[in-house]
Amino acid sequence: MPAAPGAISPPRPYVHRHHWIVRFTHWAAALLLLGMIASGLQIYAAYARFGDRGGALLPNPFQDSSFPKWSRLGGWLAGGLNWHFALMWPLVLVGLVYTLYLLVSGEWRALLFRLRDVRGAIAMTRYYLRLSREHPPQGKHNPLQKLAYSSIVLLGVIAVLTGVAIYKPLQFAWLTTLFGGFQATRYWHFWTVWIFVAFTLAHVTLVFVVDPPSFRAMITGRYRGRFPSHD
Amino acid sequence: MIERRDFLRLAGTAGTASLVAACGWDGGEAVKPKLLAVSKLNDWVGEHVLFSRHRLARTYDPSRRSRMLPSYFISREMPSLKDPGAWRLRVDGLVQQSLFLSLDDLMAMTRTSYTVKHTCVEGWTAIATWQGVPVSAIVERCQPLPGARYIKFASFDANYTNGWDMASALHPQTILAYGMNDNPLPPRHGAPLRLYSPTKLGYKLTKYLVSMTFTSERPGGFWEDQGYPWFAGL
Repeated sequence: MPAAPGAISPPRPYVHRHHWIVRFTHWAAALLLLGMIASGLQIYAAYARFGDRGGALLPNPFQDSSFPKWSRLGGWLAGGLNWHFALMWPLVLVGLVYTLYLLVSGEWRALLFRLRDVRGAIAMTRYYLRLSREHPPQGKHNPLQKLAYSSIVLLGVIAVLTGVAIYKPLQFAWLTTLFGGFQATRYWHFWTVWIFVAFTLAHVTLVFVVDPPSFRAMITGRYRGRFPSHD
Repeated sequence: MIERRDFLRLAGTAGTASLVAACGWDGGEAVKPKLLAVSKLNDWVGEHVLFSRHRLARTYDPSRRSRMLPSYFISREMPSLKDPGAWRLRVDGLVQQSLFLSLDDLMAMTRTSYTVKHTCVEGWTAIATWQGVPVSAIVERCQPLPGARYIKFASFDANYTNGWDMASALHPQTILAYGMNDNPLPPRHGAPLRLYSPTKLGYKLTKYLVSMTFTSERPGGFWEDQGYPWFAGL
């Protein structure tokens, strides 16, 4: 029987798990995203619905409600807009640096969910649902992690594109049309927020429940947990 | 290779910027000038990189008009003229030929009509039909001097004004509107004359017009001076 990663074993030596570019962009993106969401909630307060005036509205559990003051950034609409349109530049830059690093270093291979990961994703799901007792063997990340991390990058791309499409709906009319028009694009842009929030909650929970040493690894780069750091 | 130290410094700035999110804060007096500086950069990108005089806003069939289009003004009561017959549009500043135009003069000029979507900075949109004379036709008549780069549009609604760059003003869909939805422009939408363009956010579309002044310096504006983006191009 192969040694399961969860088995008790002598203390492992520290290994280098995350390059400083990955650690930097990770935390910068987290903080910038927080600022984008908070200023976005301030902007949302000015017109808390989705649809043309006098027309049908898209279903929205937050319709006509404003978010608590502590969750909003900017103080008023102009302040919210200026924060949003200032933080967008470093956030896009951080996203590009991260993506470029993954491509150049080849680390994308450990992160990108591909067709061949489907079987492993099913095995991981069975393990989490306690349908199988043994943790399937994995590389740096298990297939479900790959799926989550690939999706969140895709979500980031969608957040930026929908944002561009409502920032300049005439100059990027083709993009606004692609997302279903101005109000629909606002709607999708708004929903990316809740997917980001849900992802972050799940991500943080799993870090501390499944692999606490990975938290330290994302700060210092060094890791002494039970999972491999290379594929 | 980007210096690690520079990167960390950037991280610090980004971090501080975002932490204030948890306070329902506007950023404070120290951050405000920095935000406005970035806003100016965004204006520059909007004006010189993204805007095209040849890209037209989508037009709609009049049957698509919205049932309502909200209207805002600054004065305590809806601005109106005591003597509408005495109203004139003054065109002055850096021009070869100052103009003093009555509503009849304007209506005798080239007429444009379109049904377009109005976009408010608040996030709402509404479709309406507008009739008027292209600003480019006024520009042809008054012949701006070489130094004229901006136009200041002024109103009789309190001290509401807007500043426009020349390229946006010359966009074929930028008009001085005297008609809305096949009727004369109603008082709540800026009668007798308002600036209209589907290329800008609503707060750039000066209502209750009295003058347009050609300038070499960028004119401010009512909301722009309070922190709203100056270019506000869609």
